[in-house]
Formats: sequence, structure tokens, C-alpha cells
Amino acid sequence: MPETYIARSSAIAARLLAGEMMVMNAMDSTFFTLNEVATAIWQAADGHTPLREIVERQVCSEFDIAPDQAQNDAAEFVANLSQHGILLVSDHPISGPTGAR
Amino acid sequence: MSLLAEVSQKAFDLGVPISVHLDVTYRCNERCVHCYLDHDDHGEMSTAEIKNILDQLAEAGVFFLTFSGGEVFLRRDFFELIEHARKLLFNVKIKTNAVMIHEAEAQRIRGLGVDTVQISVYSHRAEVHDAITKLPGSFERTMKAIRFLREQGLKVTMANVLMSGNLGDQYELQKLAAEMGVHYTLDPTITPKIDGDTSILSLRIPGEALREVFRNPALVPNMEEFCAPPKPVSEKDLEGYSCSAAHSFCYISPYGDVFPCVQFPLPSGNLRRQKFIDIWKHSPELNEVRSIRAKDLTVCSSCSHVTSCTRCPGLAYMEGSMRGPSSADCEKSFYRTGVPTANMLRMEGSRRTAPLVQIQPLA
Repeated sequence: MPETYIARSSAIAARLLAGEMMVMNAMDSTFFTLNEVATAIWQAADGHTPLREIVERQVCSEFDIAPDQAQNDAAEFVANLSQHGILLVSDHPISGPTGAR
Repeated sequence: MSLLAEVSQKAFDLGVPISVHLDVTYRCNERCVHCYLDHDDHGEMSTAEIKNILDQLAEAGVFFLTFSGGEVFLRRDFFELIEHARKLLFNVKIKTNAVMIHEAEAQRIRGLGVDTVQISVYSHRAEVHDAITKLPGSFERTMKAIRFLREQGLKVTMANVLMSGNLGDQYELQKLAAEMGVHYTLDPTITPKIDGDTSILSLRIPGEALREVFRNPALVPNMEEFCAPPKPVSEKDLEGYSCSAAHSFCYISPYGDVFPCVQFPLPSGNLRRQKFIDIWKHSPELNEVRSIRAKDLTVCSSCSHVTSCTRCPGLAYMEGSMRGPSSADCEKSFYRTGVPTANMLRMEGSRRTAPLVQIQPLA
């Protein structure tokens, strides 16, 4: 099964507010807030680390979530954000932009 | 409540400066008759200074960043500043007159992921717009720029300031904005100049014209609710605050001075000498502004409009007290609802008693 790589789009604005990430797409003004787990995935989306590895390291080890459940939830989350042009998804490593504070 | 409104409220409650307005210059290529700024350069910040401030703002949690002026594109490093801000993942809005934006600039703005470009337009008629900006040909240049920006798919807002010189043109300009696919805002607020000069207040539109603007459904979609008489005031209402100034918003001048708001000229610190976060957290001035609740307002706490009024503490400050009324907002509340404000009744009362004082020596 091929790996999935994720990177943050350069068209978005993002900032942490009390542990949750605010994300806004300049093109269509869609606005999201990401919970702690989603924020952890978002922050690790460097384009080079496979999604499977991000979930193992950032989600399963930090939050009390079963590995299969975590991988499924992450795949759904990534699909949702990629539909809005907020995350870039590829089966090859991606050159990604800088991260939000 | 929308998600954005929820997040804004959260920032307000936590005291996080989620939104900052940064003027990068006061220099301008237009000389708008109603402008509150002087246009000389008294030592504006360098590229490195502004970049350093942007780093600090990102660290402090600022998300919404407005670049304004003066005319921002008069700074040769302006694109470098936008680029830096976008690397820090700010949501960037630019306020400009747009006369220096051509196709190449529009493409670059688009490429940098700017959220919105707000452009001052005062009329659909070139002669009226140019008479206000005092820059011949500015209307044509601004219109061209709007087309370039729209061709790039950028969100554009036409911001119209309503004053005596363009009163009556607001409806046709709104139609023009719709034809060009841009958002339209209308603001009848004229503020004193930054040096305290109040001469430009004579440009304000008369009260009767305000009433007509507020009661026009084409301009105010929720007109009935907007113009409804004020609701009874509760104890809880009196615990509320005026606006986001110093709570989740502040203003930074081209010289690094920090103020509670663009319209609130209370110097609260300087970024050439202090860190932003230190000013934000510890400035006595900002702390004073954020301490004021509706119940602390000297006149307005007893006013029926206290919860629905647009009372601007900065305009009140310019009138003498940040806890006092802002007469321009009193006028708006009155012409919006037809119900006089406590401040208007007080002024009326003092006028009535004046003749009695004059005849006192005869008694």
C-alpha cells in the first residue's frame, strides 16, 4: 500500500488559539478550527513524513486513541481538508511551506 | 453564532490580540479632503523593524493582520513585508487607494495569498471621486486596479466614506460595486485629524441624511431590526464591554507606537523600545481601556441605547473622556431609531436651563 504524504497549502492562514489551530483559506474564506488531535497532524504535515508515521508518532503516542481508529480518522480529516485546498496530498513527498505558531 | 464569531469571542475572553491594524506609512499620493492623517514621514520604521514586529505579532497569537496607511504601495519594500507576513501565516488584508496597482502587482498580490484588498472609492462619478482625493485621474486608475484584482480572482471591497461631497452617490456606487463583483461598505464616520484639528468634521453629512441612509433597505438589509427601538437594559448588559479595542485588537503606527485602536489616539507604548507582548499585557493605558464596562460609562450607562449603540470609546476619548459619550454615535443611534440618547437629553436639558441662569441676577 503506497504511503500518503501531506503538506500545508501556501494559500492558507493559520494560528494557534488556546491549543486549537485556526485555519482560513484566502481563496474562498472557508474557516476551520482544528481540535488538538487534528492540530497535531496539521503541525506535522511537512510533506516528507508519511501520514501513517505522523499518526503513530503524534496521535497514538500522545492521545489515547486505538491505532486503527486513529488511522481512519486521520484519513477522513486529510480528505476533508484537501477538498478545501487546505492540505496538499500526494503519494510522493511534497515540498511544504513553513508551519504556524 | 458563526464559527468566526465564536473564535473572536474566545480571543476576546482570553485577551489574545487576534487582530492588528498596522499602518506602514502615513505618506500618501492622494490628499483626501476628509483624511485624519498628516502625510509627512516623521521617521517610519525600516523593513527590518517591521519584520521583527511581524515576528512578535505571530508569536503573540495575531491571526488577522491589516496593512494600511497612508498609501501602502508607496513603500518600496511593501511586497517584501507582505511576503514575510504570509510566511508567518497571517490572514492578510490590504487597505489601499489602488492607484499603483497594475496587472503585475495584482498577480503578485494573488500569488502571496492575500485574503482581501479594500479600496477607497467615493463615487461612481470620476469628477466627484477625484474632487475628494484631489488626485486627477485617480478614479480611472482605481477602477482599472479593481479590474486587475478581480481578474486574479481576489476578493475586493469598495469602501465608501459618506460625506457632504459625495452624498447621494452611494446607491449608484453600490450598483457599480455589484457589477464589478466586489463587496461594498458604506461608513458615514468622519473623525477629527490626528493632531486634534476638528475642522474636517464639517464634512459630516447632516442628521436627516443619516436617517435616510439607515432606513434604506438597499443599504441596510436587516433595516427593520437595525432601526428598531432599543431593548430594555439588564444588569448583565451593564457588565459588558464597548468593543474589541485593547481586548483582542490594537493599532500600530508607522513609528512603532501602539494604540488601542486606529480611532483611539491614546499612546500605549512604542515597539522601538518595548516588546509587543509587554505592551499588550502590561501597558497601563491598554489595561485602563480594557477595564471599562458599560456600567462605568458616565452618561451612557443610563442610556437606553447602551447595548445597541456603536459608541466608539476612541471618539469619546477625542471628545474628552474614554468613559464619556461619543456624540457622533449618539447622533447615529438617534437617527437610526428615532429615540433620543441620554447624552442628547442631557445637552437639551442644559440648553433649557441656560436662560434661567442668565436672569438669575434679576431675582
